[in-house]
Amino acid sequence: MLLIKNGRVIDPATKTDATLDVLVDGDRIAAVGPKLDAAAAEVIDASGWIVAPGFIDLHCHLREPGDESSETIESGTRSAARGGFTAVCPMPNTRPVNDNASVTRFIVDCAASSAAVRVWPIGAVSASSKGESLAEIAAMKQAGIVAVSDDGHPVASAKLLRQAMEYCRSLNLPVIDHCEEASLFAGAVMREGDQSLRLGLRGMPAATESICVGRDVQVAALTGGRLHIAHLSAAESLALVRQAKSAGLPVTCEVTPHHFTLTDQDVGYDSRFKVNPPIASRADRDALLAGLADGAVDAIATDHAPHEPARKDVEFDRAPFGMIGFETALALAIDELYHSGRITLPRLVELFTTGPARVLGKTRRLAEGEPGDLTLFSLDHPWTFHAAESASRSHNSPFDNRAFRGAPMMTIVAGRVAFRR
Amino acid sequence: MIERFRHLLAIEPLSAEQITFLLDQAKPFQQIQRHPLKKLATLRGKSVALAFFEASTRTRISFGTAATRLGADSMSLQAESSSLKKGESLIDTVHTLEAMKPDCIVIRHAASGAAEFISERVAVPVINAGDGLHEHPTQGLLDALTIRDRRGSLDGLRITILGDILHSRVARSDIHLLSKFGARITLCGPAMWLPRELDQLAPGVRRSFSIEDALDGADVVMALRVQSERLNEPSLPRDEYIRLYQLSQARLARARPDALVLHPGPMIRGLEIEPAVADGPQSCVLEQVTNGIAVRMALLYLLIGGTGSIEDLPNASD
Repeated sequence: MLLIKNGRVIDPATKTDATLDVLVDGDRIAAVGPKLDAAAAEVIDASGWIVAPGFIDLHCHLREPGDESSETIESGTRSAARGGFTAVCPMPNTRPVNDNASVTRFIVDCAASSAAVRVWPIGAVSASSKGESLAEIAAMKQAGIVAVSDDGHPVASAKLLRQAMEYCRSLNLPVIDHCEEASLFAGAVMREGDQSLRLGLRGMPAATESICVGRDVQVAALTGGRLHIAHLSAAESLALVRQAKSAGLPVTCEVTPHHFTLTDQDVGYDSRFKVNPPIASRADRDALLAGLADGAVDAIATDHAPHEPARKDVEFDRAPFGMIGFETALALAIDELYHSGRITLPRLVELFTTGPARVLGKTRRLAEGEPGDLTLFSLDHPWTFHAAESASRSHNSPFDNRAFRGAPMMTIVAGRVAFRR
Repeated sequence: MIERFRHLLAIEPLSAEQITFLLDQAKPFQQIQRHPLKKLATLRGKSVALAFFEASTRTRISFGTAATRLGADSMSLQAESSSLKKGESLIDTVHTLEAMKPDCIVIRHAASGAAEFISERVAVPVINAGDGLHEHPTQGLLDALTIRDRRGSLDGLRITILGDILHSRVARSDIHLLSKFGARITLCGPAMWLPRELDQLAPGVRRSFSIEDALDGADVVMALRVQSERLNEPSLPRDEYIRLYQLSQARLARARPDALVLHPGPMIRGLEIEPAVADGPQSCVLEQVTNGIAVRMALLYLLIGGTGSIEDLPNASD
């Protein structure tokens, strides 16, 4: 039993924002209220901390099976716990691709024996994510997937997307798309603009993403299926999502901490800044900040993408896309969104809890009888992120050595302490 | 006091004073090119690694000759024979090269930023001999030296650069360099090679899609090489390029009568430049080649040799 005393409980689902105690018994929340007592419980003094429902990360890469030198389910989920996440959704682009129930079961079994937090796998849309025929989605759902995506690539054609969305509608699963128009993407390594021109790096315009978002939104209208746009990075993409939402379509989107923090002016030849979609222009970044504040963006997702050091320590052109993100996500959100005055605390919590839960068709509440998943964090704890000290097997973060004010302090998963700062 | 530099990676971060200093340093080495005996002993015992990860003949020979004429040895690594073909990473190849104890590494690489990447990981000076689409700083310097010799000064010139600006590292180095001396630079070529962001690349830059407009009153005309793979990339027909953008005698007449014509080579006669212009009295193409050796000698001298005054060099004062 855990008794969390005197924390500021913020739960967007129940619209709670009050100093309360939370009692966790076994793997469930037993009580939420003022001045709780439980003689047998371990007491956690949460004075000065925020107590929130457990954070969900909709988008990460745990690299297992197939690329265990970059990450494993064990190391990745330990890193997630250090970032305050109690559930993470690994994308299916492992080796082999998670496109059938046996791979899904491997991930689920491996997580049951080694993961620090809950692992909710995402299955492939198409066999081997090749964009040709549909994967065994229903079988994967039975084995435990919560969504489908061909992440790393867009769903290859409007026809395949249509089929996937119609089928997934019947299975009550969202389709998550990595939106990218292939012909504009070809050969590019960063966002096109004055910086890419100066550096002589091949750029892709923002339309590389928004053209595909436009296609997807129209297919969502055609099918009525649930569409979620992964790592949205362009103002025009967000405008299309806003339009879809106001037309009543079940379209949602996520934004990553690196896209709301950095701009293409921060990008040089340091491959830690190479990510897809690329770091956007200032105007796009400002549009993302507006969407995070006003509700157009549904969730913050990390797109945690570990790459072992040797693979990333190469020329910018040759480096793989992606950066790790679990351990800096909340701190960046606190710094860039909350301390800057752009969003309120309940909105910040929503972006990590009820927002991503809604995308998956789940609920997230901090109330009696709910799972004992809690994220405790501080808004002013000073610390510095050192990538080499991350629990991840990879260290490819552009935020190495960044000083923060605010941090995850304790992560509780099913009533057990998964991380304690 | 001129701030000393350890590497030469790009023109963009240099000041006009630093560039003037470099060009001044090249003067005695220009004189040496005219001597019957061209070899100095200044860098005897030193060695220069020429790491050419991208095919190059002219620049590699120019650097090799510069090293030889300073008395240094050079060791050459070429893409075709390198271990990169066998899957070795750039950093491992360069560390192997470094273990052979060169005093300087000259690098040519197809990836933008490769020279900077190497410079952060080795202990010896690095000279960028062209990195991807980024910069080709010694080309910028030799172009500037050629122009300054003919014009007496770089200040306030009207420069026209023709061709595939977007994919040209030579153009980037030339633009940054000449802009620092107040040049008014007109970039001209097909619209897909002339993105609007070029306007912000450096002060004094404008774009024009009309070669007649761009050449009007120019002091210097620089024609860039048009790479055939670029013609294919955006599907621009070769004849269309020639019709609209070839530097012909008739078009050159719009520039000042004494306008200089430069080309970084290798030239494709009949594509970007008419043979009569390439061989005409205004062409500085061969001077550029000779000046390239002088500029590279000056750089190697400064980065490797360098503490003594340039006046102490034998044969350098006459």
